[in-house]
Order: sequence, then structure tokens, then C-alpha cells
Amino acid sequence: MSFIRDLQKVLRQNIRDYGMFIALFIIMTIFTITTEGIFISPRNISNLLNQAGYVAVLAVGMTLVIVIRHIDLSVGFLAGFLGAIAAIAMVYWHLPVFVVIPLVLALGALGGCITAFPVAQLGIPSFVASLAGWLIYRGAILLVTLKTGTIIIPDDTFNAIGNGYIPDIPGVEEFLPDLHKLTLILGLVAILFYIIGEINGRRNKQAYNFEVLTKDIFILKLVFVSALVGLITWVLAGYNGLSWTVVIVLLVVGVYHFITTQTVLGRHIYAVGGNPEAAQLSGINVKRLIYVVFGSMGMLSALSGILFASRLQSATTTAGTLFELDAIAAAYVGGVSAAGGVGRVTGSLIGALVMLSLTSGMNLMGIDISLQYVVRGAVLAAAVIFDVSTRTAGK
Amino acid sequence: MNTPILEMKNITKEFPGVKALNNVSFQVAEGEIHCLVGENGAGKSTLMKVLSGVYPHGEYSGDVVFGGEAQKFAGIRDSEQAGIVIIYQELALVPEMTIYENIFLGNEIKKGFRVDWNETIRRAGEALKKVRLNTNPETKVRELGVGKQQLVEIAKALSKDVKLLILDEPTAALNEDDSENLLNLLREFKKHGVTCVLISHKLKEVIEIADSVTVLRDGKTICTLDAKKGEVAENVLIKHMVGREIDRIYPGREHRQSDEVTLEVRNWSAYSPELGRTILRDVNFNVKKGEIVGFAGLMGSGRTELALSIFGNPDGYRIQGEMFINGERKQFHHPQDAIASGLAYVTEDRKGDGLILIQDVKQNITLANLKEIARRSVVNNNAEVKVANEYKTSLNIKTPSVEQRVLNLSGGNQQKVSVAKWLFVKPDVLILDEPTRGIDVGAKFEIYTIMTRLVEQGMSIIMISSELLEVLGMSDRVYIVSSGRIAGELPIGEATQERIMQIATN
Repeated sequence: MSFIRDLQKVLRQNIRDYGMFIALFIIMTIFTITTEGIFISPRNISNLLNQAGYVAVLAVGMTLVIVIRHIDLSVGFLAGFLGAIAAIAMVYWHLPVFVVIPLVLALGALGGCITAFPVAQLGIPSFVASLAGWLIYRGAILLVTLKTGTIIIPDDTFNAIGNGYIPDIPGVEEFLPDLHKLTLILGLVAILFYIIGEINGRRNKQAYNFEVLTKDIFILKLVFVSALVGLITWVLAGYNGLSWTVVIVLLVVGVYHFITTQTVLGRHIYAVGGNPEAAQLSGINVKRLIYVVFGSMGMLSALSGILFASRLQSATTTAGTLFELDAIAAAYVGGVSAAGGVGRVTGSLIGALVMLSLTSGMNLMGIDISLQYVVRGAVLAAAVIFDVSTRTAGK
Repeated sequence: MNTPILEMKNITKEFPGVKALNNVSFQVAEGEIHCLVGENGAGKSTLMKVLSGVYPHGEYSGDVVFGGEAQKFAGIRDSEQAGIVIIYQELALVPEMTIYENIFLGNEIKKGFRVDWNETIRRAGEALKKVRLNTNPETKVRELGVGKQQLVEIAKALSKDVKLLILDEPTAALNEDDSENLLNLLREFKKHGVTCVLISHKLKEVIEIADSVTVLRDGKTICTLDAKKGEVAENVLIKHMVGREIDRIYPGREHRQSDEVTLEVRNWSAYSPELGRTILRDVNFNVKKGEIVGFAGLMGSGRTELALSIFGNPDGYRIQGEMFINGERKQFHHPQDAIASGLAYVTEDRKGDGLILIQDVKQNITLANLKEIARRSVVNNNAEVKVANEYKTSLNIKTPSVEQRVLNLSGGNQQKVSVAKWLFVKPDVLILDEPTRGIDVGAKFEIYTIMTRLVEQGMSIIMISSELLEVLGMSDRVYIVSSGRIAGELPIGEATQERIMQIATN
């Protein structure tokens, strides 16, 4: 009985942290039932993750922007514009792909810093500054694709980013022929690292006499997360394995998660979001931080543009439309607070998956696009209401 | 005495943990200028907020009788309807609107469903004539100086058929000409039968203008003095305002004299582009090693601005003058520079710009010096917990763990977290701005003990405080700040409440 009581207590205390995982789980379960299992099929999950990629990287960057109490509306068309630049660089300038990608990423960072300039130097609201960017980049895409229209990208390496999968281990084709072995191994390694990390963390906390989860709950948590990772790995291994998009997204989330939780820079970002005046008086250079956060947002916009162009194997005149709103919605669904100072990049990743699962599931069910927008809007509203109400309850 | 227009009887108002007003009685006769004086925190503003309905009927106990009728104001609207208008120290004008729009804001003259702008402008012109402000009513308020803005506020009050006009430190931000002008205007109103209540820290002008004076201290009415009987004099007022004994709440300490100057500021002036006026004029002071220097003065005298201008100038004042730390000339462009040179500043408003309330104790403590616990920019979480726990023990911060969010702590413990944060940067000079505001006596004593320990270890402390007893109880030397200048310096042996008050109100 005490186990159930502990579980209830833990869930209640950490409802904000676990809420999104639970929501994602419920949404996936419902769609699996309503589509008679098609939703959870390896092919669909693999597609879903690849589609989530370009929104997820934007959502990660947007998380930091919202944490420091700003917003960036220009990211969608900046992504589209830079995708077009990448295509032009390869098709017309004949630059190799390994030059094009860093070049475009650097341009993205520059674009972010340009948006940051009026915000940091003149105190202009980021809503206005980035709305100007939205219009400018919208025009810029049309301008660069004016003569050509859609630009087809012939480069296989580039297109693999959005469509390709990691290679399997050579020479073991006979063993488990239907499964992608390297994916399975990576999944197992991830689970192993997770378990070791958690156990070490718990030991460390115990050494400082901090409150830790009871042993039963702790094991339950390990089993639950491991099972989830294991399930996803199994599903992916049953199709083509890990896609390059998923690898890139995981890398981005990993790096940003590390920066936000473990580094001085991350601390400064959350401090500025929590109380800009106090942060300034604590010797934090708030202006510089605005450049860093918007610059990183621009770079991730470029990455998003590359992922999207690569997935379509072309640059189109409408690329990037509404990406910014998808990213903002994902961040809010993922628990970022509009009041600033609160939000995790992992939460935003989950937020992006929730939103994409909704689209994917409703598409499979044949629900009309008009109704899909209504449902997604309702989920966004529900997520934010849930977030605000649990926060006030937490005080 | 004429018939009273206002009678407040046995007013008591409590805030959690504090009795702001304790059985206060206050009587104003019709047609007089009545001054209300008292130290910071004596209860003047609270009393006026009870009167104006900011604290509605039911949130206080006692009776308010105005114009012969018992009143139960539920809000400012009610009190204004009865004819009571308050003009606050922070002006409540909309800078981007014109004078006439401001004067009739919330009280628009209507013709059918539309606002009658022509009539509005005409009547605004009349109101401006009454306050002798010779400015086009179509001017934007933003373009006016503080003195003229004050007059616009008064014109706004007059447009509402005011019977009792209350001015809360109207001359605090004015220069001498504007102040004189304002006082003359009040005398004129008196002739026309408007009753005025004036809250002021400037005793000279109180003596000049008052028909009677009520003194508040610690939330109680001390006395009401009548000018006609010759009862209003500076020494009398000061005696009634301070009239307390030093309680034994200060740790005893030896006043030691060191000749080593840690911080010296020379000919320091600052202009605030935001306020559009000079906020510090020709300030000179120094702080020696192991010394607590008290900065006394009234609220708004420029002490916090002085601290900020030294501490890297985050508000972007235009500064002239020189600063030396340990004999070396310094110029700071950002608080970062000030911290690096050994300054630390515990702000006056710990919730507003001191702490990050949604973060936990350890994160607040380490924020200003993260590099100390980071290797190659990666924060060592275990080292952080260790540091935070050390301060938790040494400053006796009462919290279940250092992972508790700061907003769940009491005021005194929040203040200790603020102090811990700045001790962790290991400063040479610690600036404490109102270090014990809003915390209970026990926590105050602990803060004082910490301060004593720090100066014994050789740190220098600048203590800005509006509590005279605290200044006298803790300082080795006292500077008195008034209107952005150092109005006086007293060694602790010569400092008394009366002397300080006299210099501060001059």
C-alpha cells in the first residue's frame, strides 16, 4: 500500500515534469487503438520522427528565447530562406555539401544576431524586431527563387540528412535479418548509460543526505524509461533503423540539455529569465546573452531549413511557412513559461512530438484538416492551462 | 479651532506581523493647511491610504468622518466623489498624453457618446490658470519638467471639485523655486477655502506654511501642534519625531580606527537621462578598512542612486568624478567590472532586483560568482551544494535544504541568502542597502552580528539605512545624504538622532 501512496505523492509533486510524458503516452495509445495499430507501426513512427525533426530543433532554440522573456517570429522564413540558399549554393554555385552546411549554419547565426541587435542595443520588443525579420525573410525567399521557382537538389549526401538511415554493421546480415542491429545496440547502450547515470546520481544525493525517491519508485522509474526507450528502439530497428534526422535531433537536444543544465552559460540564461534586474546586478552581461540566445536560434533555424530542404529534396517558395508557430506551440506544450526563467529543452522536444503525433494520428484517421487545427489549438490551450494551474498549486 | 472637516478616530491597520497604524487619531480643521510629519515608516502613507480608500472600509478598524458624515470608502472613486484627492509622490500622469487629456482622464466631459474635446481643452485651460501654469494645454506631459507636472496633477485635482487636497511629499523632487511656487499656490488655495494636508520631510517648509502639525511615530499619533500658539518649532518637531531610546538590539562593538582607505569617491556627480535631472551632486566620501560607514538620509535623497552609480552604473547615469579602490583609480562600465574590483551590492529591494525567487537557495548564492565553482565553464553541482551549505550554516539560513526555492523562505532568511550571495564574491567593500527592511527583530540581530564579524575580518561595509537607530547602533561614521549631496559627516561619537535629522531635513 505504501508503494501506491509513494507513487501518488511522487506523481503529484512532479506532475509538471512528468505531465508531458504522460500526455504523449496517452495520445499515442489512443491513436494506436483508433487506427488499429497503424499508428505504432515502425514505418509510421519512423516517418513521424523524421517529420518532427525540423520543428524539434526550432523548438529547442525557441525554448531559450522564451526563457529569457523574448520571442522570435522570424525563424520560420529564415529557415526557408537558408534552405533555399543551401540549394542555390549546391546547384548554381557548385559548392560541395561539406562547405554548404557550415556556411548556412554560420549565416543562420548571423541572421539571429541581426534580429538581436535592435533588441539588445535599443530595447525594441523582440516581437516587433522579429516580425520585421519575418517579413524580410519571406520576401528574401521569394526573391532568390524568383527565376527558378522550386529548386531540385540532386546531391545524395545532402538529401540523406532528411531521408537516409544510419548504416548497419557489415557482415552480420544473416543474424536477425528483419532488424537493424546497430540501432538495437545504440538503444541498449543508451539504456545502460541512463541506468548507470541515474544510480550514480542517486548515490551522490544520498551522500549529501538529500531526499531521494524510495527504492521501489526509483526502480519503477528506471524500468519505465528503459522500456520506453527500448520500445522505440525496437520499433525503429524493425524498419530501417535510426534516421540521420533522429541522430541530429538527439545530438542537438543532448548538447542543449547539457548547456542549459550544466554550464555557467545555462545558469546565466535562466537567471536572466528569472529576474533580469537581479541578473544584471549580479554581473551578468544581459546584452551579450541576448546575442548568444538569438544567435543560437538563428543557427538552429538554418539547421531546420537544411533538414526540411533535404527531406523534400528541394527548396520551395513556401518553405518555412508557420514553422515559427509550430515551434512556439511545441515549446509551450513542453512546459516553457511565458513569464520567463522556466523551461527545459527536453520538454520542448516532447512538446514537438505531441504536436506531430496529433497531426500524424489524425491524418491516419482521415480527420479533415480543418478539424485538425481545432484539435491542435485545443491541446495547446489545455497544455498551457495545465501548466499555469500546476504552477500556482506548486507555490 | 474651526469645525473639523476631517476626523479619523482610533484607526488601526495591521499587516501580517506588523501594526502599521495603532489607534491613530487625526483631525483637520476646515480651511487650514495641516502638515503630517514623521520618520520613514511612521505610518503617514498608510494613514492616507486608509483615508483615500486604497485600503477599503473593513480592512482597518476605526472611524473616518468627513464633512460631518461617517464614511465607508470602498475605493479611491468613493473618496474622490466625497471631495478628497491625494497627489502622490510618484506622479500618476500618462506621459504620452497631453495636459488636457490627463486632467480629465477618468472624468471625461461627454457630449452624447463622444468626448467633447473643445470643452475639455477650454476647461483644462481654466484649471491651468488656477495653478498659474502658463502652458498650452495641448502640450504632452512628457515634455514638462517635474515642477510643472506637479502643477498639472494639482490642476487635475481641482477639476474634480476638491474639498480636501492631500499632497504626499510634493516638493521632494522639486528645486527651490518650484517648491516656493508650490507653497505660494497652497496659500492661495487656503484663501479660496480649500483644505490641505501636506506630508513633508522638509521641516523648514512645514514651519513656514503649517497652521497645525500632527506628528506620527511608529504608527501612533504623538501630538498635534498649533502654529498660532507658537508650538511649531524645529527642535520640537524633531524631538517628537525621533523620541526613542536605543534598544539593546545591537551587538556591542569596538569602534576601531584604521587609516587604510579602501574606497574613495571624489567630486562624484550623476545625471539620470531617464528622470531628466541631476541626481547626485559633487559627492565626496571614503570608506576605510574594517569600518562600517552609515549613509543616513530620507527616502529619495539619492543614497540608492549613489550606490548604483558606484556599482557599475547599470541604469546608465552620466557620471562625472573619480573613484579609487585601494588607491587605484577605477572606471566601471558594468556591474561585472565592479564585482571584479571587489565591490558587492545587496540591493534594497531583495524581491525586485536582488534574488531570483523562482530559483533555489544554492543557485541564488552562487549566481554572482559561478566561475568559482565551475571548471571550463561547466558547473560542478556538488561543489555548489557544498558552498551553499557552508553559507547556510555560517549565516544560519533557516531552510529545509539549499534546494528549496527562495520564494518559500521568510524575509529574514531571504535577506541572508542575498548577503550570502555577495559574500561568495569575496568583496573588499560590501554595500548593504536597507539591510534589515521588512525583517523581524531576531533576524535583524543576526544580520548585525554577521556585519560585525565581517568588519572584524577586515571587510569594509557601506550601510544605507533609513532607520536612524540602526545607523547609530552599527556605524563607525555617518554620512548624511540630502537631495543628492553629502549634507554632513559625523563621527559616531557626535551623531545623535536629532543631529542627523536636522542635517537631513535642511
